Amino acid sequence: MLLILFLFVFMLAVFVGFEIITKVPQKLHTPLMSGANAVSGITIVGALTCAHADYPFLAQALGFIAIVTASINVFGGFVVTDRMLAMFGGKKRKK
Amino acid sequence: MHDFAKVLYLLATALFIFGIKQLSKVSTARRGNATAGLGMLLAIVTTLIAPGEGDQVIHLSWPLIVAGILIGGVLGTWMARRVAMTGMPEMVALFNGFGGLASLLVALAVFWGDYLAAGDLAAAPSAEAEGLGLTGPVVWSAAVILSILVGGVTLTGSLVAMAKLMGKVGDKLLPARHLITLGLLAAAVLFGWLGGWAAAGGWAAFALILLTIVSFALGVHLVLPIGGADMPVVISLLNSYSGIAASMAGFVIGNSLLIVAGALVGASGLILTDQMCKGMNRTLLHVLVGGFGGDSVSEDARDYSNIRSYSPEDAAADLQLADKVIIVPGYGMAVSQAQHVVKELGDLLMARGCEVKYAIHSVAGRMPGHMNVLLAEADVPHDLLFPTEEINGDFKSADVAVVVGANDVVNPAAIEDPNSKIAGMPILHVHEARTVHMIKRSLSPGYAGIKNPLFERDNCFMCFGDGKEFLQGVVDELKNA
Repeated sequence: MLLILFLFVFMLAVFVGFEIITKVPQKLHTPLMSGANAVSGITIVGALTCAHADYPFLAQALGFIAIVTASINVFGGFVVTDRMLAMFGGKKRKK
Repeated sequence: MHDFAKVLYLLATALFIFGIKQLSKVSTARRGNATAGLGMLLAIVTTLIAPGEGDQVIHLSWPLIVAGILIGGVLGTWMARRVAMTGMPEMVALFNGFGGLASLLVALAVFWGDYLAAGDLAAAPSAEAEGLGLTGPVVWSAAVILSILVGGVTLTGSLVAMAKLMGKVGDKLLPARHLITLGLLAAAVLFGWLGGWAAAGGWAAFALILLTIVSFALGVHLVLPIGGADMPVVISLLNSYSGIAASMAGFVIGNSLLIVAGALVGASGLILTDQMCKGMNRTLLHVLVGGFGGDSVSEDARDYSNIRSYSPEDAAADLQLADKVIIVPGYGMAVSQAQHVVKELGDLLMARGCEVKYAIHSVAGRMPGHMNVLLAEADVPHDLLFPTEEINGDFKSADVAVVVGANDVVNPAAIEDPNSKIAGMPILHVHEARTVHMIKRSLSPGYAGIKNPLFERDNCFMCFGDGKEFLQGVVDELKNA
C-alpha cells in the first residue's frame, strides 16, 4: 500500500518539477543547475541513516563515505550557487 | 516524535519546491537558493533527531556522522569558495558526480546492512521496507539496482565531463561504440537481476559489486564520445541523473523526502536539457548517440577564399567610428579568459557614446549559461545581455559585431543552406551587421566540423589571435586614440 503511495508521490513530484520550471531565463541556467544539484544532495539523509551503529563494519564504512560525498555536494553546491547569484545581483558588490 | 518529524520533512519538501521555483526567476534567485538551503538544513537536523521513517529505532553512529559532515562540509565549502568563475563548469560537474556517488553508496550500504546482515532474501527487504509495508523484495531490489546504476553513471560521467572541460580528454570514437553500449546495458541487466532477485547472500553482493563496476564503465563510455560543444546538454542531463539517483535512493530507504527532492531535480534537469537541445536544433538522442559531436572535419572546411584579416589597430579604427556595437562571446572567450578585457572594451565604447549590447547564444560555452557567469564575473551589467531571439533584430542596425571565439553559433549556413549539417539551428545573425570582427585563433572549424561561409563575406574581417591579447591590443589602441 505504501509503495503505491510512494509511486504517487514520485509521479506528482516529477510533474511539479516540470511545472515550476517552464522557461528559465538564460542568465539563470548555471545557478539553477548548480542549485538543483545541491538539492539532489538530499541523498545525505539516506547517508545519515546508513551510519547505523548496528550495521556491519562495511556498511558503516560505505555510509561514512556517502556522508562525506553528499556533504561536499550539499555545502559546495549551495555556497557556489550563492557566490554566483551574488555576482549577478551586482548592486551590493564593492568595487 | 515520529509524526512531528514527518511534518518537518513535509516542510522541508515545501522549501525545496519553493526554492527551486524562486531559482528560476531573476529577482528571487538568490533567496531561492537560501530557501532550498534552509530546507536541506531542516532535513538534516530532522533526520538526526528522529532517524528512520518507520517505527524502528535507529542507533546512529555519531562519530561517523560528525566526522563525515565536517570533512565533507569543510571540503565542499572550501572548493566552492576557491573556484574561479572560469572553473565553474568543472566544479558543477564534480559536485554532481559526488551526489551520484553518494546515492550509489547509500544503496550499497543499505543492501549490506539490512539485506546481507539478515542473511537471505525472504528475511531481507530492509527493516525500513517492512516497517513501511513495501510490497516485498521486488520493488526494493529494483530501487537498489537503479540507485547503483544511475548513481554510478552520474559519477563517472561527470568525472569524464570534467576532464573534457579541463581539456585533459579529447573526444574518442570507438569503432563498435553502440555494440559496447548494448553489451554494458545487457551486463547491467544481468548483474542487476542476479543481485536483486536470482542470487542470494554473498553471490548477490558480488553481483551488485559487478553492477557497480559496469555502471562506472557505462558512465565513462557514454560521455567519452560526446563532443565538447555538446557539453551543455551533457552537464544538464547528468544533473538530472543525480536527482533520479537520489529519488531511487529514497525508495531504497523508504523516505518520501528523497523521492520528492530527487524527482524535482530530475525533472528540472530534463527541462534545462531540453532547452539546450533546442538551442542546437538537435534531439537529445542525437546528442547522446554522438551525432556530429565527434565527426571528422569535412573536406572543404579549411578551404577559404576572400579572407581579409584585421590587426588590432584596424579593428580599433572601425570601432571608433561605430555608433552601435554588439559583442558576441563564445567558448573562445572562456578559454582565453577574455571576459575582463571584453568588459573594458564595452565600457570604453559606451564612454564614447556608442551603444553596446551583448548577444548570448544559449549553447555558447560549455555549460548552460556559461557566458552569463563569465560576464557577470567581469561586472558586465546583466541588462546589456540579450538571448538570441531578442537580439537578432538588432544586428541589421549594428555597425560592428565583435565575435569573440564563437563559430558555429554565428554560421549563416544554418539558415541559408538547407543541406548544411547545422541547418535549422538557431544562430545569431551577426552577418547582418555592417561589419563583423571575427576574433579567432585560426580558420579552423568549430565543433560541427563545417565551413563557415561568414568568413568569406565582404563585411567580415578575421582578427587572428588569442581573444584576450587581441582585444587588449584594441583597447590600448582606443585609449591612445
